[in-house]
Amino acid sequence: MIVANKKKIHQMSDNLSESEFVQGRSLWADARRRFMGNKAATVSLYILVLIVLFSFIGPWFAVWTNEEIDWGAMGSAATQGMPSFATGHFFGTDDLGRDIYSRVIQGTQISLMIGVIGAAIAVVVGTLYGSISGYVGGRTDQIMMRIVDILMAIPFMFVLILMLVVFGRSIGMLFVGIGLLSWLDMSRIVRGQTLSLKNKEFIEAAQATGVSDFKIITRHIVPNLLGVVAVYATLLVPGMILAESFISFLGLGVQEPNTSWGALISEGAGTIRYDTEWQLLFPLAFFVVSLFCFYFIGDGLRDALDPKDR
Amino acid sequence: MLNYVIKRVGIAIPTMLILIILSFLLMHAAPGGPFTSDRPLPAQVLANIEAKYGLDQPLWRQMINYVWGVVTQFDFGPSFKYKDRTVNEIIAQGFPITLKYGFLSFIFAIGVGIPLGAIAAIRQNTWIDYLAVGVSIGAQVLPNFVMAPLLVIVFTLWLGWLPGGGWGGGSWEYLIMPVIALSTSYMASIARITRSSMLEVLNTNYIRTAKAKGLPTKTILLRHALKPSLLPVISYLGPAFVGLITGSVVIDIYFSTGGMGYFFVNSAMNRDYSVMMGITILVGFLTIMFSLVIDLLYAWVDPKIRY
Amino acid sequence: MSFLEVNNLNVEFDTADGKVRAVNNVNFSLEEGKTLAIVGESGSGKSQTVFAMMGLLAHNGTSVGSVKFDGNEILNLTGPELNLIRAEKMAMIFQDPMTSLNPYMRVSEQMAEVLTHHRGLSKSDAVKESVAMLDAVQIPEAKSRIRMYPHEFSGGMRQRVMIAMSLLCQPKLLIADEPTTALDVTVQAQIMKLLSDIQKEFGTAIILITHDLGVVAGNSDDTLVMYGGQVMEIGTTEQVYANPTHPYTQGLMSAVPRLDHDGTELTTIPGNPPNMMLLPEGCPFCPRCKFAKSECKTKVPELIFTGTSGSHYRACNVAVEELV
Repeated sequence: MIVANKKKIHQMSDNLSESEFVQGRSLWADARRRFMGNKAATVSLYILVLIVLFSFIGPWFAVWTNEEIDWGAMGSAATQGMPSFATGHFFGTDDLGRDIYSRVIQGTQISLMIGVIGAAIAVVVGTLYGSISGYVGGRTDQIMMRIVDILMAIPFMFVLILMLVVFGRSIGMLFVGIGLLSWLDMSRIVRGQTLSLKNKEFIEAAQATGVSDFKIITRHIVPNLLGVVAVYATLLVPGMILAESFISFLGLGVQEPNTSWGALISEGAGTIRYDTEWQLLFPLAFFVVSLFCFYFIGDGLRDALDPKDR
Repeated sequence: MLNYVIKRVGIAIPTMLILIILSFLLMHAAPGGPFTSDRPLPAQVLANIEAKYGLDQPLWRQMINYVWGVVTQFDFGPSFKYKDRTVNEIIAQGFPITLKYGFLSFIFAIGVGIPLGAIAAIRQNTWIDYLAVGVSIGAQVLPNFVMAPLLVIVFTLWLGWLPGGGWGGGSWEYLIMPVIALSTSYMASIARITRSSMLEVLNTNYIRTAKAKGLPTKTILLRHALKPSLLPVISYLGPAFVGLITGSVVIDIYFSTGGMGYFFVNSAMNRDYSVMMGITILVGFLTIMFSLVIDLLYAWVDPKIRY
Repeated sequence: MSFLEVNNLNVEFDTADGKVRAVNNVNFSLEEGKTLAIVGESGSGKSQTVFAMMGLLAHNGTSVGSVKFDGNEILNLTGPELNLIRAEKMAMIFQDPMTSLNPYMRVSEQMAEVLTHHRGLSKSDAVKESVAMLDAVQIPEAKSRIRMYPHEFSGGMRQRVMIAMSLLCQPKLLIADEPTTALDVTVQAQIMKLLSDIQKEFGTAIILITHDLGVVAGNSDDTLVMYGGQVMEIGTTEQVYANPTHPYTQGLMSAVPRLDHDGTELTTIPGNPPNMMLLPEGCPFCPRCKFAKSECKTKVPELIFTGTSGSHYRACNVAVEELV
């Protein structure tokens, strides 16, 4: 019913305007046009797609698997483990003689996965929490936001490390811990948006026709929050990757035989004194380029979806 | 003003208690006690040790004792691993080091970030703006654990100018790389925030009024634009502080500076719960105090905030 | 030679979506101590005209043409050159008193800095003079209220502060950009009264920008009607009111509610103000004009003498007699 009304209003305004240039464009089509007009963002999107593709297709070209040990390079990586096509170690080997190319592929998969899943957890929890708090309002809102304030004052990384030590250092724990501790910003942003949406006519219309609160939140509020959530989620992914890399750099995150960008950077950083810079630079390059891409895409999305500039 | 302070402190105290209780419960949710090790101790010995640390008492009793000790005397109890040392002694050893390079990093981030951002905004779309934007975007993807090894490669391995680690009693050559590695990404964020808020302020109506009054550009910038431009920076100082404290862990590990972070990671590896708890609570306390100061500073700067 | 002469003023903005011609070939002049009202809908270019004169265009704006003030060319002067004129000789008050005062500075600081900078007064003398000026614009308890921040004043009071601030150096020309738009009706009348009192007392010339014809009638000597960045009609206020010769002016007049003409229905001008990105090739008002002829679509009308009385000019392709 509401959708029909909206259509009518659109038609009406189309009929009213005599000039051709005032043609209704859908929000998303408009956003896509703006996003595609942003060179840095589109190039970043292509590079990121390539990196993801690489992490899936790359193993077909690998000569060594990530766990195989090249006994010839073990212990003498500086002389035997250099990047070379002849030995099949495209990115060189680490000190144990393991193939960096394959390990980078594995690290890319794990880091991206943690980034995306962590962000997804934060998005789901934060969106629900924030939209409920904003929609219900009043005392509930105050209490819910006070809880967020209190949780925000707690040093996140220290508590996360504490949790990892207590509950064991598994990737699963890392996912949950990072995700659960980073929904706070999300919930605040969503709450603010919800507050301003709450008084819009279409919400009132839904309330007047007796739609339940839960349905209003899931059917009307949340879909209208998508723009903000999308922008923030793209910016959350690199945040998650950073957090994971930080912990893995300290040796408290992803454990052997698994690896991640942070763990690889940590290993590479530990051996730079032995003339094996490639052990640091290859994973570092992947890490830096991917983060760059995520930030540019997030900025591009924000510019594309920001109603302020319309 | 006084009411505002009281109200703000009124929020800080329960936050602190929640943090203490939360980390206490987290520790006790751990499977196996702190003295469960590969070589099982004889039952009698274990009971003696547990009695010494008060672990034989009921959980609520232990909690009250712990909270009481922390709140009244800042006493975090003994270390579970280094039998002859208390948590307070460990903190006393590491904290001054963290404080020194942390403070310098904070000053560096603000001292370079704000002028860089402000100049970029004033000279918008000139080479200096592009440079500042480029640096701040670049530094965003260069967190401390990336900066640290890169700095060592350049300044220690290639140029041989600076020592690649150690504390050296805190003399300057040991401080440079930790400070730069720790502060770069925050300096960049501060520059970015300053630039965008300054651009926003320079487009406001009251800056137009100031121009219409025939004031020279320098007066407009310093008297009219600077203060409102800095408000978002002040709000960011809280998160930046948390980030610096967290980052110090990486610095302590990578540069072997011997600050609190080293003990934190070490105790995490050894399951030395009391040290971890003590450091976490101390960091939480500092964070809460700092955000209190920031809020008061903000209220003082912005006349629109009435208490 | 008039005291202010604007000739062929053009203002253009370079935006991401293309060039916007905000002001096209605007001409007018103003005598000392007189009031000129510039009337037009929002987006008609009236504010940008005066911003160009004061050198206050946004950084993507450029202006071409000539503005002679007191015998000197002032268009496109450098910042330091303009700063000798701004506030000293030509001052400005803005549409929105809520945002036009710096919310982070006390009123005393904002006013006193004008005098310390332009007149070289000491801080305490400058504050003293500012208090006197606040008294002059009828702000009660000026002495204590000057220590307050802008948000502690009401809208009308803030506009009084703005006016007082603009008068500190006793400028010869005061530009008031929609000074009453953001205010209550009763406060509007007070502010307009204040402006005319000031004019009598100081002999200040005023450019009054407004979209409210009611404000124009009693408060101006001359009236200039703008549409789509162009002058549609200009003349003495009496001429333009008694005998509007442009379809747009006529439309504006009939859209003003009047108590003395009972029974007449209030009319509106159909359509919307033009998109400044896509101005029509010919007369900007053409798409909404009920008298439009085919040539109006292609021919930009020139501003020509109406031939009826003294200084009355119009820009329309359709002859006056045909406008019935």
